[in-house]
Amino acid sequence: MARSGLQRDVLALYRQCMKAVQQKPIENRDNFRSFARSEFRHHLAVSKKDFGTIEYLIRKGRRQLEIYEDPGIRNISNK
Amino acid sequence: MAATRTLARLATRRIAARPASVFTRSFASVSDTHARDPLSKAAEKIDPKVITKPIPESQTSTIKEPEPGKDAKIKTFHIYRWNPDEPSSKPKMQTYTLDLNKTGPMMLDALIRIKNEVDPTLTFRRSCREGICGSCAMNIDGVNTLACLCRIPTETTKESRIYPLPHMYVVKDLVPDMTNFYKQYRSVKPYLQRETASPDGREFRQSKEDRRKLDGLYECILCACCSTSCPSYWWNQEEYLGPAVLLQSYRWIADSRDEKKPERLDALNNSMSLYRCHTILNCSRTCPKGLNPALAIAEIKKSMAFT
Repeated sequence: MARSGLQRDVLALYRQCMKAVQQKPIENRDNFRSFARSEFRHHLAVSKKDFGTIEYLIRKGRRQLEIYEDPGIRNISNK
Repeated sequence: MAATRTLARLATRRIAARPASVFTRSFASVSDTHARDPLSKAAEKIDPKVITKPIPESQTSTIKEPEPGKDAKIKTFHIYRWNPDEPSSKPKMQTYTLDLNKTGPMMLDALIRIKNEVDPTLTFRRSCREGICGSCAMNIDGVNTLACLCRIPTETTKESRIYPLPHMYVVKDLVPDMTNFYKQYRSVKPYLQRETASPDGREFRQSKEDRRKLDGLYECILCACCSTSCPSYWWNQEEYLGPAVLLQSYRWIADSRDEKKPERLDALNNSMSLYRCHTILNCSRTCPKGLNPALAIAEIKKSMAFT
């Protein structure tokens, strides 16, 4: 399936998140993983054509990833 | 590691050089080489409404002055609003009316009054309210300036429009995302770089003439009014440093105590960092502190040319 640049950006961000989870302490990885997934799931309803919103969400996601990647953050509440 | 990175870069180049397809669309992110690839059928039909301006004030509600006095001087403000908590909502222009008799003289006073008395959801940065912190930089009636230094025009027939700094990502309402700007500022190493100790072991002193070279440079408060008024900076925000950061860079190049002048110049010596300045001079025109970033950029160019 041909993907647009934007779709690829989203997938790349998801992949980065999943990789970042691997750097966390093993007992808390599930928390981080489900947190990242839920962050994506929240915005499932955003329309495919709403580029402005998707670009904003990607920017926000990258910023969040940058913050949570910090090795000082060892656990995350799992809603 | 370095070798693999070079290889990866070469690989992406080759992809980018592929003959352009029929369907191309410009994306906001220019660095993404895949952005010009053909799109899937579903995404091809672009809704033209998506890329338009904020919803005009004619289609939004007006929030009125709570209790206008007897001979109230009612002034209308149109303010850009956007709430990140509803990311798919479009930005809109919200109208507020205020009695100027009860409001301070500056735009910031009006904004603070709106926030305190009319609409607490309005968001903007402010701190010193006297033009020294640079927090309240915004676009007022088409000019980038500090809200705390901008008088409210007293004729009430004219309506004022307030936007965030142009061509910056918006965090909320009038708050722009300055991350990239600060990152660029960090990249010019804005601190004294010296190897040698001072001759008498005390402060690094300089002559009055040398100190005078820094006048008109050290006053910059990094409000980003100049950078965001520069068309060149709008189109090349990632690579071009912009007038504010170049002014700061020159502040350290001109400093007689700094010993890394060649390195500093070397870092700017490429086609993007400095030479995207085409002397448009919007920066000098808009600077709320009355500085001249264009002159500083010209001085950097001059010192590059004659060394």
